[in-house]
Amino acid sequence: MTRPPILKLGDILIVSIQTDLDDQEALALQDDLAEAAVAARARGVIIDISAVDVVDSFIGRTFATIAAITRILDAETVVVGMRPAVAITMVELGLSMGGVRTALNLTQAIEMLNHARSPG
Amino acid sequence: MSTERQELTIATNGDIVLARRQVRIAAAELGLSLVDQTKVVTVASELARNALVHAGGGRMRVEIVHNGPRRGLRLTVVDEGPGIEDVEQALTEGFSTANGLGLGLSGSRRLVDEFDLVSAPQQGTRVTVIKWAR
Repeated sequence: MTRPPILKLGDILIVSIQTDLDDQEALALQDDLAEAAVAARARGVIIDISAVDVVDSFIGRTFATIAAITRILDAETVVVGMRPAVAITMVELGLSMGGVRTALNLTQAIEMLNHARSPG
Repeated sequence: MSTERQELTIATNGDIVLARRQVRIAAAELGLSLVDQTKVVTVASELARNALVHAGGGRMRVEIVHNGPRRGLRLTVVDEGPGIEDVEQALTEGFSTANGLGLGLSGSRRLVDEFDLVSAPQQGTRVTVIKWAR
């Protein structure tokens, strides 16, 4: 089973999906991120999907679940790097990914997370 | 051409990934745009998963079809599972019997040019979709 490495940058976790995950691998990522968010006392989780060429209903729902889980654990999840063809397909499929924040790239996601954290 | 017609077995989660890969290759060879490739690969993934989750597995045929000058990619996913009692309901937005979001069938229909579903209780399910090259 492929488990994408979870990198730690301060109190932000970064995972870059480089392979076509099967359903079990997607669920394992969900569990791994929840564990890692607590272990690292993370305030943010960034999932880079710039190498992902398909987001179907299962993986889309997994992203939404990861966002919901990490939010309960006090960490905001941001999905970055979605390809335009993937975005178009997701919208037509009817997948809203409600509750999942997105950013165009890693830099913007880090800025977004730092902003959300600063008081006021 | 060797990829004119392929038969894939859907029996594991890994087979869904393989189906996505094979359909991507066929769609690219056919010359579908990147967006249309992404749409048809997504549909392949949804249909393969439906067969696996609801019927324990099935088969997917991937083939290039012709209609006059037009060429398209046809996917036929067949299972021998319990079948669908109410096809209309199964195609309704948000309807789901397994743990999906109920987007698999209704959403897939929007991503292709032609969509046909034949099913009856205890007689399995056959879904045929076509994406035409533009």
